[in-house]
Amino acid sequence: MEQNVFRSQLNRRSLFALGGAVAVTGALAACGGNTGRETATGGGTSGGGGGSKVTLNQWYHQYGETGTQQAVERYAAAYPKATVKVSWKPGDYDQSTAASLLTDAGPDVFEYGNGPTIDMIKGGQVLDLTDAFGDAKSDFNASVLKRVTYQDKIWAIPQVIDMQLLVYRKSMLEKAGVKPPETIDDLIAAAKKLTTSDVKGLFVGNDGGGGLLGGPMLWSAGLDYLTDDNQFGFDDPRAVTALGKLRELWQSKSILLGAPKDWFDASALTSGLTAMQFTGLWTFPDIKKGLGDDFGVMAWPKLDADGKDSVPVGAYGACVSAKSQHVDEAKAFAKWLWVDQTADQLDFATAYGFHIPSRTSLIPKAATLATGQAADAAKLATDVGHAQSPLLWTPKCNTAFGDMMSRIVKDGADPKAEIAKVKTVVDAELKRVLA
Amino acid sequence: MASPSGGPGARRGPDGAASRRPASPKRTLGERLRGRQNVNLWFWVFVGPFVIGLIIFVYVPIVWSLYLSFFESYNTVTPTKFVGFGNYADMLADPAFRQSLVTFVVFAAVIVPVTFVLSLTVALLVARTTVMQAFFRSVFFLPTACSYVVASLIWKMSIFSGIRSGLANAVLGWFGIDSIPWLSLTEPPWYWLVIVTARLWLQIGFYMILFLAGIQRISPNLYEAAAIDGAEGWKVFRHITFPQLRATSTAVLLLLMINAFQAFDEFYNILSTFGTYPPYARPPLVYLYYTALGSGQDFGHGSAGAVILTLIIAIVALTQGRLLRLGRRDD
Repeated sequence: MEQNVFRSQLNRRSLFALGGAVAVTGALAACGGNTGRETATGGGTSGGGGGSKVTLNQWYHQYGETGTQQAVERYAAAYPKATVKVSWKPGDYDQSTAASLLTDAGPDVFEYGNGPTIDMIKGGQVLDLTDAFGDAKSDFNASVLKRVTYQDKIWAIPQVIDMQLLVYRKSMLEKAGVKPPETIDDLIAAAKKLTTSDVKGLFVGNDGGGGLLGGPMLWSAGLDYLTDDNQFGFDDPRAVTALGKLRELWQSKSILLGAPKDWFDASALTSGLTAMQFTGLWTFPDIKKGLGDDFGVMAWPKLDADGKDSVPVGAYGACVSAKSQHVDEAKAFAKWLWVDQTADQLDFATAYGFHIPSRTSLIPKAATLATGQAADAAKLATDVGHAQSPLLWTPKCNTAFGDMMSRIVKDGADPKAEIAKVKTVVDAELKRVLA
Repeated sequence: MASPSGGPGARRGPDGAASRRPASPKRTLGERLRGRQNVNLWFWVFVGPFVIGLIIFVYVPIVWSLYLSFFESYNTVTPTKFVGFGNYADMLADPAFRQSLVTFVVFAAVIVPVTFVLSLTVALLVARTTVMQAFFRSVFFLPTACSYVVASLIWKMSIFSGIRSGLANAVLGWFGIDSIPWLSLTEPPWYWLVIVTARLWLQIGFYMILFLAGIQRISPNLYEAAAIDGAEGWKVFRHITFPQLRATSTAVLLLLMINAFQAFDEFYNILSTFGTYPPYARPPLVYLYYTALGSGQDFGHGSAGAVILTLIIAIVALTQGRLLRLGRRDD
C-alpha cells in the first residue's frame, strides 16, 4: 500500500525532474565537498591555549606491511596538543600529493620520498624545518640529511631509512669457489663463474641495471651525479669506464633478465634463479624465510683501488605544507613525532617492515638490526651510504640519465657521447633551479 | 533536409501550423524561454547536468592547459612568468619528445593496418559461419571487456616473462630454443611483439563487431546478382563486400588512428619499472606523463606537448577524413 501512495505522489515526470535536480546538486557538492580536510573549528588561532584543539591532517603513502597504519594512527592519537587526522593514501601517492599541494585541500604534514623536490622548495610549497632538529641534527644519517638540505635549511625530517645492497647466496659462491667480489671486475668474473644452465650469476633488475646501478657505478669510480658545488659530476673518463662495465656485464650473458618479479622482490634469489641480487633491505624477512642463514650482504663494489664501495640510501621525509592553516602547530607536531618520540621512531622502523631508524643512536637499540646480516647492512648504510640522487637532480635530469643508462647498457651506445647529452640537459636544469 | 522545391517559407510539417499562428502577445519572457510545453526547460533538465560536467571536467581543463602552455609553471597551476612560445620551442627541440613522435608513427604504421585486416578477416569468417555464430561472436568480442592494465600485466608477467617457465619461453623450449628475455632486449626489439599482441588481443573484437554490423547491412540482392553473374570468393569480396563497407572502414581507420595516438596503458604497464621508463617504445603520452605528472610537475612543458599532440591528431584526422571522404554518403 505504501508503495502505491508513493507512486501516486511521484509521477514519472516529477521523478525525472527530481533526478535532474539531484544530479545537479550532486555535481556541485562533488566540487566543493569532501576535501579530506576538516572544517577548522575554534577559529584556528595559533598557540592552542584555548579550549579547543586544532585539527591537523597528516598523509602517508600506503605501506605494504601489516600494522603500519594502526601504528601511525596510534602515534597521532597520542599527540596532546592537536587532533591529528591520519590519511592513508593508496595508489600513486607522489602524484596525488604533489597535485593536492596546489590546492587548499592538501595535508598539513605529509611524507615524501627523499623529502620535497627542489621545485616544491623553490615554489614555496613546503616550510623550512631546520629549527625542529635542534641538538639532534648530528644524530640523523648524514647522507640522508644532506639530501633534504637546501641553502643550509632542512626541508624534511627523515622518518626511516631504506637501502639497497648486494645480497649473495653463500652456498652457491662456495660451491663455485668464488669469494665475495671486491671490485667490479671481480664481480663480473664471479657472475660468469656462477652462471649455469639454470642459474644466472647476478640479478640487477630486468633492465640489466640501467635503472638501478647508475648511481652506484658513479660512486664506485669515486664520482657522483653532481659535485659538492652543484656542477655536473661525471664528465670524466672514469665514468666512461665505469658505465661501460655495465655493458660488459650485459654482454657476458651472466645476468638474469625477465624475472617475473623485478629486483625489489626477493623471489629471484630465493627461488634459485640467481646467485647474487642487488635488492632492497625491505626484502630481508623474505630472504630469511626462503634461505635461512644461507646469505651474505655487501656493498656495490668499487671500480678499482681508487674507487669506493657504496650503497644507495633513501628516506621518506616528513614535510610541512606552506598552505597549512596551522603552520606552527603542524611544525610542532612533525618535530614531536619525528625528532622527539624516539620510541615511536624505533617502533615504526623495526616492528612492521624492515627498515633502519634515521637517528643513528637508535640503531643499536633496534633488536632486528643487532646481529648477523642485518647488522652488516645497517653498518653499510651509515658508513658508505649515498643518497639515491642529489636534491638538485630534478625529474628531468633523472629521465635523461635513465635514457642514457638504457642506451649504454642495452644498445651499447658510446658512454662518452651519452654523458655529453645528459650534461646538456643537466646544465640547463641546474641553471634553471639555481637561478 | 529542406525540400528542393522552395525556401524556408515553404517549410511544412507538424509544426507548420503553429509557426504560422501569430505569437500571442500575452506570453511572458519566462514562457518564451521555456518554449512550447516547456521543451527548453526539459532540454536543460536532461542535458544540463552533463553539460556542466563536461564544462568543469573537460573544457575548463583544456582551456587551462592551453593557458599553462604559455607560462613557466613548475609545481603550480597559477603561474606568473609568461614565456610565450618558449615551452613549445623547448618541446619541439627536445630529442626525447621528437623520438616519442617517431615511436608513435612506427606503432601506428604497424597496429592500424594489422588490426584492420585481422578484424575484417575475423568478421568475414564469423559472418559466414552458420553454426554457433553467436558463440564465436562473443568469444572474439570478450577481450574488449578486459582492462588494458590487467591484460598488460598478464602479458608481461606470465606470457612473456623472461624465464623458462614463461608461456612463450616454455613453447620455445619444446623446440630446444633458449629462453628470450622479451622485454629486456632492444636488439632485436622483441618488446614490440609483446605490446602489439596485447593490443591486438584487446581490440580486434571491438572492430570485428563494427565490421559485422556493416556486413549485415549489405543487401543480399547484390550477392544474388553477383552469383548469377558467376562471381564468387575473392571477386565477391573485392567488388561487393569491401566497397559496401567503405563507411565502416573509414570509421574504423579513424578510430584506430586516434586510439593509437592515445596509447598509454599497455606501454606504461608493460615497460615501466619502479618509476622509470626506458627511452625506447615511449609514445608521446607516456613521455608527457613523466614530464607533467609524477614528481615532475612541469605543467608548462607538459601542456605545450599536449597541445602539439592535439594539433597533430586533429590534422591527421582531418586529412584522413578528407582523403577517405568521411561523412559523405556511400555512392
